[in-house]
Amino acid sequence: MIRALVILLALATPALAAVGNPEDRLRDAGQEARAQAIGRELRCLVCQNQSIEDSDAAVAADLRRIVRERVVAGDPDTRIIAFVHDRYGDFVLLRPPVNAATALLWATPALALLGGIFAIRSMRRRVAATPEPAPLTEAERLRLAQWDETPRA
Amino acid sequence: MSEAATTSRRRWMLFAPLGVAAGCGVGFYAMLNGMRSGSFDPRGVPSMLLGRAPPDFALPALEGIDRPALAASDLRGLGRPVVVNFWASWCVPCIVEHPQLMRLARQGVPVFGVNYKDQLPGAQAFLARHGNPFQRLGVDAPGRVAIDWGVYGVPETYFLDKEGLVRWRWAGPITPEVLDQDLMPLLRRYA
Repeated sequence: MIRALVILLALATPALAAVGNPEDRLRDAGQEARAQAIGRELRCLVCQNQSIEDSDAAVAADLRRIVRERVVAGDPDTRIIAFVHDRYGDFVLLRPPVNAATALLWATPALALLGGIFAIRSMRRRVAATPEPAPLTEAERLRLAQWDETPRA
Repeated sequence: MSEAATTSRRRWMLFAPLGVAAGCGVGFYAMLNGMRSGSFDPRGVPSMLLGRAPPDFALPALEGIDRPALAASDLRGLGRPVVVNFWASWCVPCIVEHPQLMRLARQGVPVFGVNYKDQLPGAQAFLARHGNPFQRLGVDAPGRVAIDWGVYGVPETYFLDKEGLVRWRWAGPITPEVLDQDLMPLLRRYA
């Protein structure tokens, strides 16, 4: 059963990878791989949780084509991404840039780590600060000894 | 640590989760409120053109329609605000907003159109059927000029001030509400 599922999944994967018109793909496998890597960094503006490589929206197809034209023209990745970024803003980047609006987002892991360290340290300090209990008095020790000798039922 | 300090600390820790929950609630309410009033839209793609002049372009005229073509130079030095509308005959919301564009045109506001990824007969029939509010009309069949503007779907409408700088962008149909509450005040403000 599980093996059948795995085989089905393996069969389905190439179909998922081939969104859009196959004719739009570049003949040169290296260039096509580069174009796909760039496209996966760019967010589709219509189906907003997909990259332009994954989306079937018309604008995504246009952007895929633009990315490929520029890859063929020999533009570096950064310039191709900047071309789309200039037109659609930070929204189009699936990897958000570090700026005032995203500072909290990027700082969250560090803040969580610092918070954890602080919590652990304050807990340890509290344990260390707890004073040793006062030693037993002679009378208490006698009573304890008495109970110890009491036979159990 | 004294007994009293420990107790007050315990009480504080008891209320801390309540405080955090209350804070989250206030934030969530503010977000929902913003989404309802339209001041916060998590799906909105803010236009990069705001406060800037549109990119350079030159589009051919729509054949068979007696209107001049549209180029970037036509948007400069008009001395009055202008509305630029991206539309297509296959776009249903464009039909919804068309009466509002007609209303603007009747009031004498220059409305320029960009026919986006359309077929000539379809575009001609659309204007024959619903009326032609456009003073100028450019045809962007490949949709490349639209991408330079940052358009991601039709209809999309831009408001340019006297100097030809983009002051407002609306993605979606210009409903009567949008016309009265957004576009009309802009026209008055930048008149």
